Amino acid sequence: MEKFTTLTAIAAYYPRANVDTDLIIRVERCAKVEKGGLGKYAFEMARFLPDGSDNPEFPLNNGPFRQARILVGNINFGCGSSREMAVWAIAGMGIRCVIAPSFGEIFFGNCFQNGLLPVILPQATVEKIGAALEADPANAKLTVDLERQVVVAPDKSEHAFAIEPLRKKALLEGLDEIGLTRLREAEIAAFQQKDRLKRPWVYV
Amino acid sequence: MGKTLFEKIWDEHVVADLGGGASLLHVDRHYLHELCISRGFPTLHERGLPVRNPDLTFATPDHVISSAPGRTGGAFPWSIKVMDTMRIETAKAGIRLFDIDQDGQGILHVIGPELGLTLPGTTVICGDSHTCTNGALGALAFGIGISEVVHILATQTIVQRKPKTMRANLEGTMARGVYSKDLILALIGKIGAAGGAGHAIEYAGSAVRALDLEARMTLCNLSIELGSKTGMVAPDEKTYAYVKGRRFAPAGAQYDAAVAHWKTLATDADAKFDAEVSLQVSGLPPQITWGTSPEDVIGVDGRIPEPGHVSKSDALAYMGLKAGDRIAGTKVDRVFIGSCTNSRVSDLRIAAEVARGRKVAKHVEAWIVPGSVGVKKEAEAEGLHEVFLAAGFQWREPGCSMCVGVNEEWAAPKARCVSTSNRNFVGRQGPEVRTHLASPAMAAAAAIAGEIADVRQFMS
Ligand code: SF4
Repeated sequence: MEKFTTLTAIAAYYPRANVDTDLIIRVERCAKVEKGGLGKYAFEMARFLPDGSDNPEFPLNNGPFRQARILVGNINFGCGSSREMAVWAIAGMGIRCVIAPSFGEIFFGNCFQNGLLPVILPQATVEKIGAALEADPANAKLTVDLERQVVVAPDKSEHAFAIEPLRKKALLEGLDEIGLTRLREAEIAAFQQKDRLKRPWVYV
Repeated sequence: MGKTLFEKIWDEHVVADLGGGASLLHVDRHYLHELCISRGFPTLHERGLPVRNPDLTFATPDHVISSAPGRTGGAFPWSIKVMDTMRIETAKAGIRLFDIDQDGQGILHVIGPELGLTLPGTTVICGDSHTCTNGALGALAFGIGISEVVHILATQTIVQRKPKTMRANLEGTMARGVYSKDLILALIGKIGAAGGAGHAIEYAGSAVRALDLEARMTLCNLSIELGSKTGMVAPDEKTYAYVKGRRFAPAGAQYDAAVAHWKTLATDADAKFDAEVSLQVSGLPPQITWGTSPEDVIGVDGRIPEPGHVSKSDALAYMGLKAGDRIAGTKVDRVFIGSCTNSRVSDLRIAAEVARGRKVAKHVEAWIVPGSVGVKKEAEAEGLHEVFLAAGFQWREPGCSMCVGVNEEWAAPKARCVSTSNRNFVGRQGPEVRTHLASPAMAAAAAIAGEIADVRQFMS
């Protein structure tokens, strides 16, 4: 997994609430398109007009925001379906960090599996940062410093965020969860051996 | 201090404490649909890893298969390939597969309980967000992404952070024409689509106790629409009776031992939840959604609310509706009765009661998609299919079908569809399609009236 340490990049603001994973990537794309090819279908219903041309209303279609690597969203970002392709699609657009007041829980977990950092900040802070990005596109850059756990806004104000230590370490070092768990094979085997006696009906 | 149902199941499944609030949990039941297999197994092979516990892994096709009568599999070359991959991989790994037309095939969250695979006190995990449906039996059940599917295939465990706990107290008695679908939609309307975020929900209260197991599944199914990965109901006598005699359920002395264990699972009287919410269900009217989030919901006798937020004015524009208008009387083009929310035999009985002796409006195309081969057979044995066919509904083959339309079972752009599924998201049932979520009774009423209608008017 690609490491995440510090990222300074253009950030785009997408203020829609409850952005669901169906909106991020249509399900038939999940089924048909290879992992590496999903980026061009990310947000397709919002990003393109029915004739296939760019929808000027979609923030990431405008000027410098086309190069955004950070996405600032609204409450319940990534709610809905468990499809991990939503993360693959966003990553395929070049995004490495999403900042929002809250996230869909499965999406939130899927981000970490793919080296993408989801950052939770208070709603008022997110709205203020979003407004600053919209007001001055030429200066719409944020820094996300995972080691220090802060987001630096265009006005240089710093906003601390929380992250669970294990997840922080995994992102900073690019660790692989399956590899780590396989080191615990003896514990898993011991659990099952005991559990088979306690709950034999589970092992059909 | 006592423990909640959730905490008891969690604690019983901890293989290792990973520190920092993370635990390694044992997975008792891992369900796979065809896309989990086609997307997950290549990674497993790349890493040269075997499936650790094929005995605890179960597969069926539900997402990409066609629901057309007489289907043979996928409807397109790509979906036929996905089905082939599913068959090859499960055979090689020794995973039980419930294939097309076999007993057991169906939507995973319908067949898990139906086959007696989902049991009280088990952890049930699947690469699908509506796995929470299985919580109705008192299981800890939640959906995951593909990376975690691969992790479970390789290790039979999952790394999880303990969520907070929430109790949703549903009290009172449902009026005629009101079902568990209405209760959960009303709760989402009340606390919002993120109202349960970060929490494991336990549904409790007199209204929940009164529900049969299938109705509890509908309730738990929409937990993810509250922003919660998991929702559950404490097992009780109804649960033990439901499980008894099912194909993979314990029998004889083992059943008795299991029940004795399950009886220890209910939340202790002195346990504390991090949050409590409540809903009075007496007097609640049948519910229907008007927007593009399940929280956009009103009683069928209500008016479409003024948008309070820019997302909501977008939702109204998408739905082609006006604030202030009555929702009843809105013309519909399609009706879909199916999905892991409402495709069980009790749901079909409710819809058939409304459809019996009536006709689907001429301009409406209405589908019934049973949740599993088992449901279909049972419904046919009761003659429900004849009621539907006589009324002009299509009687189709089990699968997800129009709930998500992976197999392009879509409505036309701008078509309005009353659906018993769980998501009214933009484009969920096809590009530009307008979805209204409701109970099977309300969906059947809409099919017959040709417009959104109050099902209570169809009941004597
Ligand atoms: S019926 Fe719909 S919600 Fe349920 S598993 Fe299938 S696609 Fe998902």
